[in-house]
Amino acid sequence: MSRVTITVNGTPQTRDVEDRTLLVQFIREHLGLTGTHVGCDTTQCGACTIHLDGKAVKSCTVLAVAADGSDVTTIEGLADGSILHPMQQAFHEHHGLQCGYCTPGMIMASVDMVRRHDGVLDERTVRHELEGNICRCTGYHNIVKAVLDAAEKHRAAHAVAAE
Amino acid sequence: MYTTTYHKPKTLAEAVELYEGSEEPSYLSGGHTLIPTLKSRLAAPQHLIDVRAIPELSGIEVTTDKVIIGSATKHAVVAASKEIKAVIPALAGLAGSIGDVQVRHMGTIGGSTANNDPAADYPSAVLSLDAIVHTDRRAIPADEYFQGLYTTALEPGEILVRIEFRIPEIAGYAKFRNPASRYAMAAAFVSKHRDGHIRVAITGAGNEGVFRWTEAEERLTENLSAEALEGLAIDPSRMMGDMHAPADYRAHLVAVMTRRAVQNLGGTHIL
Repeated sequence: MSRVTITVNGTPQTRDVEDRTLLVQFIREHLGLTGTHVGCDTTQCGACTIHLDGKAVKSCTVLAVAADGSDVTTIEGLADGSILHPMQQAFHEHHGLQCGYCTPGMIMASVDMVRRHDGVLDERTVRHELEGNICRCTGYHNIVKAVLDAAEKHRAAHAVAAE
Repeated sequence: MYTTTYHKPKTLAEAVELYEGSEEPSYLSGGHTLIPTLKSRLAAPQHLIDVRAIPELSGIEVTTDKVIIGSATKHAVVAASKEIKAVIPALAGLAGSIGDVQVRHMGTIGGSTANNDPAADYPSAVLSLDAIVHTDRRAIPADEYFQGLYTTALEPGEILVRIEFRIPEIAGYAKFRNPASRYAMAAAFVSKHRDGHIRVAITGAGNEGVFRWTEAEERLTENLSAEALEGLAIDPSRMMGDMHAPADYRAHLVAVMTRRAVQNLGGTHIL
């Protein structure tokens, strides 16, 4: 057992965990934040994507004890109260989901993508960079539309902020 | 995953001492091969020794003739490095073609090179760029480092610290991905070194892991163009055959990927 402290969505969380505990188990089972999903459990599907120190990673393939002292953001940490994060809003408006299982991972990966590219994205890049997230319902079409829309709004917001 | 005990040493000496004093230990870096293996219960080390906090394993240094990369450097960092892109664009391109975005945020060059998966990307760059693998105790030339499937010159407990790549005159990489796993079914890294030597390394295909295709090197020494490789085939008995691709198909892919790597000399975009 190890005592770990991980800051999740801005709040430091200290728990005693077995060393074999995965970060996704820490998030779901120890903290009760079940928005982060486990799909394949083999590092392929991306449903468990969270941000670890600001970068999108698959939380089914990180040990909680190795994340001790880190900063984690999950899907629950994106919205500002009742105001959805622009990426969540875009998925809502473009109906970028059907069953919703892959959606938290899709959104976390997409927020990371927009940030890395500073909102400068085209359809080809979005499709390529969603390689690590699998959706078996939508054919990705509306997901791609949502990401492009959120990217455009990100650029516009930053252009205004720069003025 | 079976129970295990995690350690995070801060020095090389501490890591080696932990390894030598433990029953069934394993080093851990990005964990993107090891953790899935543990979850499948295909391995059950009693002690996991995380090497990522050891300072010697971090950092990128570019000199006039070398690129030196710390073994705990993540694929995404190599892919985005302006310094590496400027001198060996194919190496940055290769790093950016591994797995997916999330995997590249965790997986490390040292982990990939120490594991020597026959379908991994980095071993081909290490071999083609005539790199030197530095460990906590010695320096190993690439030609002596790779010794077969998942097998390297590393001794039990030896830690891969950094990899020193020779900056070539030009290099190119091309791979054919398995459509499902996205691992290489065949990939070629072609380098023309500043002394004129050509080195062609093939990964994903050989039944003994990464290897140099010397016949292709001879042809390209005469004439560094895809046309020089026309009609050159590799013996399928040297190839892996499995449910994804039989040996004769992999032999065909090796020739095609080598030609594409030559056409992609100096490129960062990996098809």
